[in-house]
Amino acid sequence: MKHKTFLSFMLPSAIAMLLFIALPIVSVFTQSLFIEHEKVLITVENCVPLGGCTMETVVDTEAAAKLKAERPLGQFNGFGTYTNRNHLAFDEVSAFWHSSDTLGEFARQLYGLPFYKALSFTLAYTFLVTPLVIILGFCIALAVNALPRMLKGLAIFFSLLPMMVTPLIGSLILFWMIDSRGVLGQTLQVLLNDPDLSLRASPALTWIMLMVYGVWHSAPFAFVVFYAGLQTVPQDTLESAMIDGASRWERVRYVVLPYLMPLVTFIALIQLMDNFRVFEPIVGFSAEASATSLSWIIYNDLRGEFQLFGSAAATSMLTILGVAVLLTPVLIRTWRDFKGARP
Amino acid sequence: MSEARATRRSPTVRLFLMGFLALWLIAAAFPFMWTLWGSFKVQSDFFSIQDWRNALWGTRTVIETGAPFTGAGYEGAWIQEGFGGAVFNTLIVTVCVVAISLTFGTLGGYALSRSSYNYTFWILMTALVFRAMPHITLVSGYLLPFFELNIWGYLSTTIIVLVAINQPFTIWMLRSFFMNIPKDLDESAMVDGCTRFQAFRYVIIPVMWPGVITTGLFSFLLAYNDFAVTAMLLSKENQTMVPKIASFLGSTQQEGNVMFAVAAVVSATAPLFVLVLFFQRQIVSGLTAGAVKG
Amino acid sequence: MKHFKIALLTGVATVSLGAAAYADGHGCSVTSGSVRVLGNEFPAIQTIAAKAQECISGDATFTSNLTKDHRDIQVAALTPNPAEYTSAVVANGSIVPLMNDGLIRPLDDLIAKHGADIPKSQLITINGEVMAVAFMANAQHLFYREDILAEAGVEAPTSYEGVLAAAKAIKDKGLMEYPLSGTYKAGWNLGEEFVNMYMGTGAPMFKEGTAEASINNENGIAALNMMKALSEYMNPDFLTYDSNAAAAEWEAGNVAIMNMWGSRAGPVTDNEGSTPEIVAATKFAAAPTLGEGDELATTLWWDGFTISANISDEDAEATFIAMINGINDETANGNADQAVWLSPGYKPSPAAVGVFASASATPYPMVPYGGLLHTALGAELTEFMQGNESAEQALADVEAAYTTAAKEAGFLQ
Repeated sequence: MKHKTFLSFMLPSAIAMLLFIALPIVSVFTQSLFIEHEKVLITVENCVPLGGCTMETVVDTEAAAKLKAERPLGQFNGFGTYTNRNHLAFDEVSAFWHSSDTLGEFARQLYGLPFYKALSFTLAYTFLVTPLVIILGFCIALAVNALPRMLKGLAIFFSLLPMMVTPLIGSLILFWMIDSRGVLGQTLQVLLNDPDLSLRASPALTWIMLMVYGVWHSAPFAFVVFYAGLQTVPQDTLESAMIDGASRWERVRYVVLPYLMPLVTFIALIQLMDNFRVFEPIVGFSAEASATSLSWIIYNDLRGEFQLFGSAAATSMLTILGVAVLLTPVLIRTWRDFKGARP
Repeated sequence: MSEARATRRSPTVRLFLMGFLALWLIAAAFPFMWTLWGSFKVQSDFFSIQDWRNALWGTRTVIETGAPFTGAGYEGAWIQEGFGGAVFNTLIVTVCVVAISLTFGTLGGYALSRSSYNYTFWILMTALVFRAMPHITLVSGYLLPFFELNIWGYLSTTIIVLVAINQPFTIWMLRSFFMNIPKDLDESAMVDGCTRFQAFRYVIIPVMWPGVITTGLFSFLLAYNDFAVTAMLLSKENQTMVPKIASFLGSTQQEGNVMFAVAAVVSATAPLFVLVLFFQRQIVSGLTAGAVKG
Repeated sequence: MKHFKIALLTGVATVSLGAAAYADGHGCSVTSGSVRVLGNEFPAIQTIAAKAQECISGDATFTSNLTKDHRDIQVAALTPNPAEYTSAVVANGSIVPLMNDGLIRPLDDLIAKHGADIPKSQLITINGEVMAVAFMANAQHLFYREDILAEAGVEAPTSYEGVLAAAKAIKDKGLMEYPLSGTYKAGWNLGEEFVNMYMGTGAPMFKEGTAEASINNENGIAALNMMKALSEYMNPDFLTYDSNAAAAEWEAGNVAIMNMWGSRAGPVTDNEGSTPEIVAATKFAAAPTLGEGDELATTLWWDGFTISANISDEDAEATFIAMINGINDETANGNADQAVWLSPGYKPSPAAVGVFASASATPYPMVPYGGLLHTALGAELTEFMQGNESAEQALADVEAAYTTAAKEAGFLQ
């Protein structure tokens, strides 16, 4: 395809992405290299209802406005924000490394730092949920595919439900159901014969709960894609495999699976990315005490009275970097395919 | 005949598969069914601290309203809080997002599938990096410029943002569908004297629908379910369903308002049910075209 | 140009009319200008917005965006000129970022013109300038069940030590498994509980005149240890309890004592979602003290309205008149249960006694870096509350997290 034709086809999509994603990314990256100006603090008298008057510290807005007009971006800090305690914490990590005697102690101390605490849950979530979603989605697709035509539509609808109900409300209702007095919580207590069981109280159970929710919520996506793929598995190959005496399992293992491999890659790609940015279930399940994620850290920086844009920007860039690292194997594979596909 | 033979299964396997599917369907549908049932109860039943079985029998509902079922949640959501407006806004947003996403995406995806220069690969990679950006950061970045340009709060702004955020996924997915359509098809048309665009218009468009429908399904779900963007970028009167439902909850949940949210969630899922049943055949056939050859 | 002048003249004319009407206390009238309100979605603020809208007639317009996300958009929304909103309804904490960036205007001249009869106690005065007009107060204070305490044979506690003793008595008698509750949800709520408790020690949270935190000391440890001791008597899920969940537990009769927002006093005693016995036995008192001191372990909060800096004077005047009408005695007395109102003629409802009893508490610190410390507290105290960390370590973590954030924000070097 000629460059010019390519450009004209690509243009609408490219403009949308450049304007609303690329530009923000550039600005976010720039922002992450700066910290705010030194604030001039002055002490003044404050009077409030019931409380009376007290001396309080406020920011000298005139001085702040003047500094901001001179250098709108703030003070240049290089990668200082990336390496400070609330992010990669280089100083603290090396201090822990030298002070701890065992690897376990080092890991425990590392877990006390917000970034590493979030990273550990994020990685555990990503690497457990992604394969489980793929396996579950594949099995559902096989099962639905075996249904009589009449029932397929209904089964597809019900299978899609977990993905369709908005996560915000879905997790609120599920959160109530898994409460120690809710229907699922009580059922679990009876099943496990432990009347004090509470999924919300212990960190380990909270992690499991979030992951089960993650698999439940994303399995429909894998199901839809696999189901599509199953429709195109060439019947003659299956048939000849059967004539050769291949068992059912062997047919799935040696014919269907290899044929669907590109789809596995595709789902893995999307799921790795989405799971690495896990966020909504943490808020929906009020799980902040036991599990935080990188996206949650960003949210925590941006919400509330005082918004730390620089800090959120740095965490966002680290998230992108993390995704890039995770996807490297997939990228290399795509590159090879790409090169191979060229005439 | 041959299809039947190749996919025939023994009764044990069939039983096992059906058992597994039944389990999954229960897991998938139970929370929703529970919500559907509970949406006709009062809050102290559906969220009963005393006994979860109250949600089944409606113990408090009988005490508070005199009957085991109440439509108070629906009445509150639809009549008192005007949920219909939010439904209408959602309709506009989803229709526009799906239409624009697919238009941009088919053009881009087609170009990416037919070009073999190195930059194609890098565009695809960049799109992936774009997709990795957490939405919360993007949205907070939009706020100030949008307010300054005075375009904050409008449906059109939100639609464009959702389209842009969704583009990386759309072009990736559509590209893989176009890879499945043989190159000879459009190239022979060009040999016959068509321009590239004419080839696309007359040869590719007629055969691309299955892939477009599947991609459209995902675009639709994104626009329908999005909270991060819609909650922050829409003004009160332009709210779509999801932020509207969230606003029923608020930071201080008032007695009763929570049930508005529950009723609204059920209401919001109903059109999806109709949609899936209606488009079932198209979805299935769309899916069958499959992005298999990646 | 001529057109503009006429509009301005009408504006002035209406405005003086409105002022006269306000003085009479018989409503008001805004016939030109635009009133655009941003605020939280509390029922009380909804009422105010509705009441303010009653003033609007003629060419004047009124819009409001009352949402729990108001804090996240307020700075961006008020920065452009003209600002998206003419008034932001704020509280102790959320006024600070608006002040830091100079986004709200001093109200002195508007008050002189239209609000001469607003009592001084309602004016939030910073450095001699009125920056906001407060309309309601809130504080976390003691909720207790008279019947349960009587059955356990204990008096209503006035200190947290008393709360612990009462909880022990209730548990020992087998009356309740988890007699205490509170808003201990990780994040903002947990941070607020610590700030409340720390206030009970009477010590300042920052070194005088600087942004340096000073909570890693015996006061901080005492506050944390008390929180931990209280949590032993709470439902094990306590780190997920916000005020909604805690109030629901109260209405279900599972809790005998909690330190809870005054704004919840009305809703838990309104006969909806609870039994008459529980409602009748629910009593309110001042927040407890920590130890023998007389400092109440709570913070006072106010909600008030501000007027944007980046809007025309006409809109500012229109907004001021409408909002003043929104917060008058009529609003307060017509909706006495929705909030503890500050307007001079307000007759407090029985649910307001707790907040008034806690009026001697320290106001929540309005320092510009307070929010950063609050966030750090909310995130870093969870491991201590789960029993995985010592109090010293938790406080050191808080200080480290806060210091890092304060450096990024330019408060510390």
